Amino acid sequence: MNEFNKIMETIKMIEKEKLDIRTITMGISLLDCCSSDGKKSRQKIYDKITKKAENLVKVGNQIETKYGIPIINKRISITPISLIAQASNDTSYVEYAKVLDKAAKTVGVDFIGGFSSLVQKGYSKGDKLLIESIPQALYETEKLCSSVNIGDTKSGINMDAVKHMGEIIKKTAYLTRMNNSIGCAKLVVFSNAVEDNPFMAGAFHGVGEADSVINVGVSGPGVVKAALEKVKGESFDTVSETIKKTSFKITRAGQLVANEASKLLDVPFGILDLSLAPTPAVGDSVARILEEIGIESCGGHGTTAALALLNDAVKKGGIMASSHVGGLSGAFIPVSEDEGMINAVKAGSLNIEKLEAMTCVCSVGLDMIAIPGDTPSSTISAIIADEAAIGVINKKTTAVRLIPAYGKTTGDEIEFGGLLGKAPIMAVSKFSSENFIKRGGRIAAPVHSFKN
Amino acid sequence: MKAVITVIGKDKIGIISKVTTVLSEEKVNILDISQTILQDYFTMLMLVDLTKLNISLKKLNNILNTEGKKVGVKVKIQHEDIFNAMHKL
Repeated sequence: MNEFNKIMETIKMIEKEKLDIRTITMGISLLDCCSSDGKKSRQKIYDKITKKAENLVKVGNQIETKYGIPIINKRISITPISLIAQASNDTSYVEYAKVLDKAAKTVGVDFIGGFSSLVQKGYSKGDKLLIESIPQALYETEKLCSSVNIGDTKSGINMDAVKHMGEIIKKTAYLTRMNNSIGCAKLVVFSNAVEDNPFMAGAFHGVGEADSVINVGVSGPGVVKAALEKVKGESFDTVSETIKKTSFKITRAGQLVANEASKLLDVPFGILDLSLAPTPAVGDSVARILEEIGIESCGGHGTTAALALLNDAVKKGGIMASSHVGGLSGAFIPVSEDEGMINAVKAGSLNIEKLEAMTCVCSVGLDMIAIPGDTPSSTISAIIADEAAIGVINKKTTAVRLIPAYGKTTGDEIEFGGLLGKAPIMAVSKFSSENFIKRGGRIAAPVHSFKN
Repeated sequence: MKAVITVIGKDKIGIISKVTTVLSEEKVNILDISQTILQDYFTMLMLVDLTKLNISLKKLNNILNTEGKKVGVKVKIQHEDIFNAMHKL
């Protein structure tokens, strides 16, 4: 291929196939912002974030102009606030949430993530207070995202936290009912949460990370779909090769942006997240890739295998293109944020059970799924438990981001707008999990041998 | 710094002159030009040197876009590294 065609290929990817850099996320450690006085602690937090991320948006825009590639979001992730706030004597952390939101608005970022707690084995004082504060915090803020890790492969699943999170999700849905329960779109329940994820709502800055760091998330489902359109009917070997090559190119663009952002901001580069992140725009869908591979409508038999191939090939292609790969890295399957997924739900080919199966082979989990507002909290907890079990046993990250849309029922649709898209309300099992959830306690860590 | 300018749109008289006039006014040196008609679409690529550029890249981008619109073409300017990163090992 000559230079002319290569240049035109890149132009086409950006202009027509919606190639973009989804996010430049600056991770900021707040470990030096603890204080026994909550007010002092919040002042330190505000000062640190607004100083460190002062130029983040400006630099993002500069890079966008220089390379002519859209950078959709600039974001901040911070140390889980439960760790910082519990040094204080505060009994609610809503004020912390408000300060974080204010800091995010001051520097002009799209989201700030890290109103988080890690309770895979148990609660410390701050974890309990933080989790209790989540509904009000999400109600009173716009840019804040929250996440809670309730299980991991080495600790098992904290079923008390699972029960608790079902209730917290319901409360959040109720408090934000005037906006289609949007608070729940900014709340993720994880198992095996990663510490360097640049994507929301689950981003936080782990304690093993440097003081500040630049993580970048690429996107580009449309580019993969367009590449596969050229190999219609060919074998899986060709499909995989095509995805790998495309993923390599996308990732190289991401690495270039990451290096440049790291240099201009004088903040070390952390990781590149290879995830294929869809948007609600036509031509930017992961579901449509699966359909291009040969499934009539996403969710039909074969979908899980197609997704497994896609997820694996994206990683294989991307790993060589970046110096450090991390975060979630795979294919995302958020229902409301993917035009093809929405369509598949409406067509009747995709349901929550099939989505659960799909989460076994791709990154993250049951994501951006709207369910009836009258779903009992124990059912939501049970869905979280199922998803956590998949993650814990298979040593992978899984997440649950459900929206029990207040006052809505199966067949209705809710619209969030922007990147969050719109969601048809999906049915959940009508059978009760009440007795299962009310047991409490912990599910022990799995045995790491005798794998079958 | 070197950049690639792409000009895409329906073919008509005066496209090259419009774009190159802007470039010469803003002290942009053209190193290489290739142009073709792809499915009725005028497609031009230019490799340019921006070392002597007397305005910001953003401003140049805006002017090129405005002037491009007058003759019905889309003009894009990008640092050459994005193409090198994606297509060269």
